[in-house]
Amino acid sequence: MIPAAFEYTRATSIDEALALIAAADPSIRVLAGGQSLIPLMKLRLARPERLVDLGRLEALRGIRDLTGGPLAIGPLTTWAELLADARIVEHGALADALPVIGDVQVRNRGTIGGSLAHADPASDIAAPALALGLEVTVRSAARGERSIAATELFAGPFATTIEPDEIVTEVRLPSPAAPQAGPRTASAYRSLPQPASGYPIAGVAVSLSQSRGANGRSGAYATCAIAVTGVGEQPYRADEVEAAILAGTPFADAVQSITSGQRVASDIHADRDYRAAMAAVMARRAFEAAVARLG
Amino acid sequence: MIPIRLTVNGEAVDLDVEPRRLLVDVLRDDLDLTGTKVGCDTSSCGTCTVHLDGRAVKSCTVLAVQADGSAVNTVESLASDADHLHPLQAAFVEHHGLQCGFCTPGMLMTALDLLKREPDPDDGEIRHALHGNLCRCTGYQSIVTSIREGAAVMRGGAPRTWTEARTADGAADAIAQPRARPVDA
Repeated sequence: MIPAAFEYTRATSIDEALALIAAADPSIRVLAGGQSLIPLMKLRLARPERLVDLGRLEALRGIRDLTGGPLAIGPLTTWAELLADARIVEHGALADALPVIGDVQVRNRGTIGGSLAHADPASDIAAPALALGLEVTVRSAARGERSIAATELFAGPFATTIEPDEIVTEVRLPSPAAPQAGPRTASAYRSLPQPASGYPIAGVAVSLSQSRGANGRSGAYATCAIAVTGVGEQPYRADEVEAAILAGTPFADAVQSITSGQRVASDIHADRDYRAAMAAVMARRAFEAAVARLG
Repeated sequence: MIPIRLTVNGEAVDLDVEPRRLLVDVLRDDLDLTGTKVGCDTSSCGTCTVHLDGRAVKSCTVLAVQADGSAVNTVESLASDADHLHPLQAAFVEHHGLQCGFCTPGMLMTALDLLKREPDPDDGEIRHALHGNLCRCTGYQSIVTSIREGAAVMRGGAPRTWTEARTADGAADAIAQPRARPVDA
């Protein structure tokens, strides 16, 4: 299979890339690692007339520590580069998700920024992104930079709130450690991959924090974030489950509303009931893993 | 057409390519390097795996223009001829790591990517690394065995690919040691 013909420009600077997409022309697409876009082009599900290749923009690559603890991840950083970075281990849900994204070859080429912008409703990264409070910085020639919280990023299957004249310039991952000697935090991701494609039938990331009481930890959770991918029309936060857990409801009861308000996907691999049941199972596994990591 | 320069198996190659051409097609059709196969053509099977700047990638999912300026190593880089197989190739022969052989170029290139990072992988690590490579003959067990045994040989004695040996300084003594091939019954 060969993509339909297109014009190709390799951007030599972020400003050049922004100028090339400034017209917000939907026939122009930005290319990062290409592990999602190129297969779509080969199937001719995507037929851009021009590709603006960001692949050589070194300024968009690499992982930096920011003051106060967050990590600034260049959007062109590959999954393999993230996997090889020791700092990721602290971010349990992300560290769990990375080895199950795609396969070795896809992880060597695919990028975090490209994947977030592609917004596959069953993307593994979406769940840790939502649960860990990831932020995406985007930039346009006309309006400069703005920040989008992961919870505001996804706008439907393969749709985001990133405008057509914007590119992702940074992915910001908050520090798992609280700034003050306050609550401790832990997170985990668990998924049921469809064996052939590797995409999750259901994937759930859980992030918890718990105050340190006078004698060790107290029973209540200070924060709880639960994010689900592969299940709804887009990755989502399970708000009702989170609220119930914060109110002290036992997990087994709280998880009953894991698909509340969602139109649960149904396909040849998993019908609606099975997928919803697996969402609850993956939520329990992720929750238990996060609790265990709280120590 | 866009001019690109690749370093393929150690040799610089200048080409003019249409932007939509895939790296695998340029390797096979323009450079006659047909060791790299096209299986599924949908990023699933991994038999098109080559090393792009040292990392395994699916060459059916890379545009040739994206590879401009990069080093590409294909399965042809591993051995000069059948009598001088790379130790990993010899292990595949010895341990029945192939039947029809169609997936083998990808299996070899993916395994070498793993062995660069982890010279002594356990079977679980090998299987995890092969997630993106499909074999429809062997059931994988003999491939896993071949990689495990090939890795042991490689740890024993500084094997390099033929291309690495040929392009390195003082190449003569660095060529991978040939291994005995099994005698046909």
